[in-house]
Amino acid sequence: MTRPSLLLHVAILVAGIAAPWLFPGHSVQFAVLWLMILFAQTWDTMGGQMGYNSLGNILFFGLGMYVCAMTQIGLYYDLAAYTASSGAIKIDFTDQQYYVGLALGVVLAALVPVAAAAILSWILFGLRGPYFAIGTLGVAIAAAELTSAWNYVGGGSGIAMPVFPGGPGSRERFFYFACMVAAMLCYLFLRWLYGTRFRLAINAIRDDEDKAEALGLHTRRYKMVAWSVSAFFLGIAGALFGNMTGFIEPLEVAYPTLTFGIFMVAMTLLGGKGTLWGPVLGAVLFYTLKEVTWTYLLGWQWIALGLLIIVNVVYFQQGIMGWLQQRKPEWFGVRVDPEAASDPAAEKRG
Amino acid sequence: MWENLQILIAAPVFNVQLILNGLTVGAVFALAGYGLALVWGVTNVKNLAQGDFVMMGGYVAYEFGKHGLNPMLALVPAAALMFAFGWLAYRLVIRRVIQLDLFTSLLATFGMAIVIQQSLNLVFGPDVRTARSGLGEIKMFGGMVEITEIRLIAFALCILLAAGMVLFMKKSRMGQAIRATAQDARAARVLGVNTDRVYALTYSINAAICGAAGVLIAMIWVIQPFYGIAYSVRAFVIVTAAGLGNLAAVIMTALGLGVIEQYSGFVLGAQFQQATIVGLLLAILIWRQIALKRQRKALQ
Repeated sequence: MTRPSLLLHVAILVAGIAAPWLFPGHSVQFAVLWLMILFAQTWDTMGGQMGYNSLGNILFFGLGMYVCAMTQIGLYYDLAAYTASSGAIKIDFTDQQYYVGLALGVVLAALVPVAAAAILSWILFGLRGPYFAIGTLGVAIAAAELTSAWNYVGGGSGIAMPVFPGGPGSRERFFYFACMVAAMLCYLFLRWLYGTRFRLAINAIRDDEDKAEALGLHTRRYKMVAWSVSAFFLGIAGALFGNMTGFIEPLEVAYPTLTFGIFMVAMTLLGGKGTLWGPVLGAVLFYTLKEVTWTYLLGWQWIALGLLIIVNVVYFQQGIMGWLQQRKPEWFGVRVDPEAASDPAAEKRG
Repeated sequence: MWENLQILIAAPVFNVQLILNGLTVGAVFALAGYGLALVWGVTNVKNLAQGDFVMMGGYVAYEFGKHGLNPMLALVPAAALMFAFGWLAYRLVIRRVIQLDLFTSLLATFGMAIVIQQSLNLVFGPDVRTARSGLGEIKMFGGMVEITEIRLIAFALCILLAAGMVLFMKKSRMGQAIRATAQDARAARVLGVNTDRVYALTYSINAAICGAAGVLIAMIWVIQPFYGIAYSVRAFVIVTAAGLGNLAAVIMTALGLGVIEQYSGFVLGAQFQQATIVGLLLAILIWRQIALKRQRKALQ
């Protein structure tokens, strides 16, 4: 790691740790910012690095959320009776019960989505391009609809999550740091993963899957692993978000296909897909912009979001990192031969 | 669920009701599906704003009804308005994504869908609306089965519109140019077809068809700003099952889809309606994928 890069990482770590004390009223918003970074990064593993544009990754987020909630409550109570009573049964956990349930819930929330990704990849990876996007969108919508019809987990009226045992303010701080750790683990893991042969393989799949397969890559296996990695981190994110919100229900909180599900695509495209830092940058920019302007737009915010997506994909497809790579290739360790660059014919050929 | 099935078996006349309802709604799905097949085949743009075009047309009919006019009169203005809207959308967005990769067009039209549904929500509010045609009902089987006259008229209008489209595509000079572009855009350009205009016209015609479908839907069923996505998914179901450029298959699939939806709504309950459409889409995608797998190909 070079010196400026190390400084950047340390600066981000310090800022992340200091944030809840500097802005104590905004801990939840900062926690969601970390989750947004995680969203964009996991989407980019599929959409940017591998060229499989999923519109339904939010499925794993909701799945993780529900698995965690079911574990936390189901360990000590009868879940069906709890959801059916619609608030009449009060959950009363000791501290130990809460943390054991949460830890076990997060672990399961990571593993069940991985299993779901493995099964779904078997079904969906025969689809490519737009069919894959539509197919995954369909799976996410179906999951939301089926969850809201499943009375065991409360159906459309949702589940009230167990109350955090700590004092006022400690709950926000606890989940802020949990989200931060999850996003940083995701970043570090992907950073390591992109340094291995794995990245070359999934980039080959993006560039030409048939040729990659002909050269002996087990494309299906790579695709499954890539999707499972996304599912793993999204499941954890879902578990944390559900506990942070305190109340979960299928359509708006667990499977928000049209908000978080689209945000992750928009953020990655804004930052520049297929790069390590693009999604992070896009997430920070997008989320900051959203939080600052959202409340002032009075109902126009969704139109602004739609317009942003259109303008982004139509006029600014390469994203910020892609644009920088074109403008300043030397920053990325690409040496440009000045003679070839000044020759317009070469540019056309390239 | 089982009780509902038993009702259907014990009283076969309910089947007639469901099938009639399904066919009349399916005819409108056929219009949206045909429009998508047209755009998909000619420009290779997967239009995810399809359902929202339908809703826009529906709100024109709703406005007509609110001002005391017969919503049936809205058919022509809605089509004309949507034609203009389609042209504008083509000029501003679609034209620039045609050459880019396919996901870009999907995402750009998805962005358009968000803009349209949210604008409709701002203007008309989130309530479920319908346009009253003021026509009566026809009762059959001693009042056991009833069907509104407007449904029959809508069905007939769908057939007329589809027939008109076939004639236009087969006979007119522009229709021939559209078909030529769909077959091979480069060759068409060499032979003097202005493909940019063909693309623009195709997209606008699709929007106009959707607008007309929306007017019919507003009269026979309900409209709401966010119901558009369901029509987009239905159009995708129809096109992925029937393939491009096969009008007869599109109509048959659409009618079948309408009937299946009515049955699932009756047997499983209305809350499973959306899940049924999406489930059908997944089933068709998987089925086509298995069919292609034998030739070691992927659906793309």
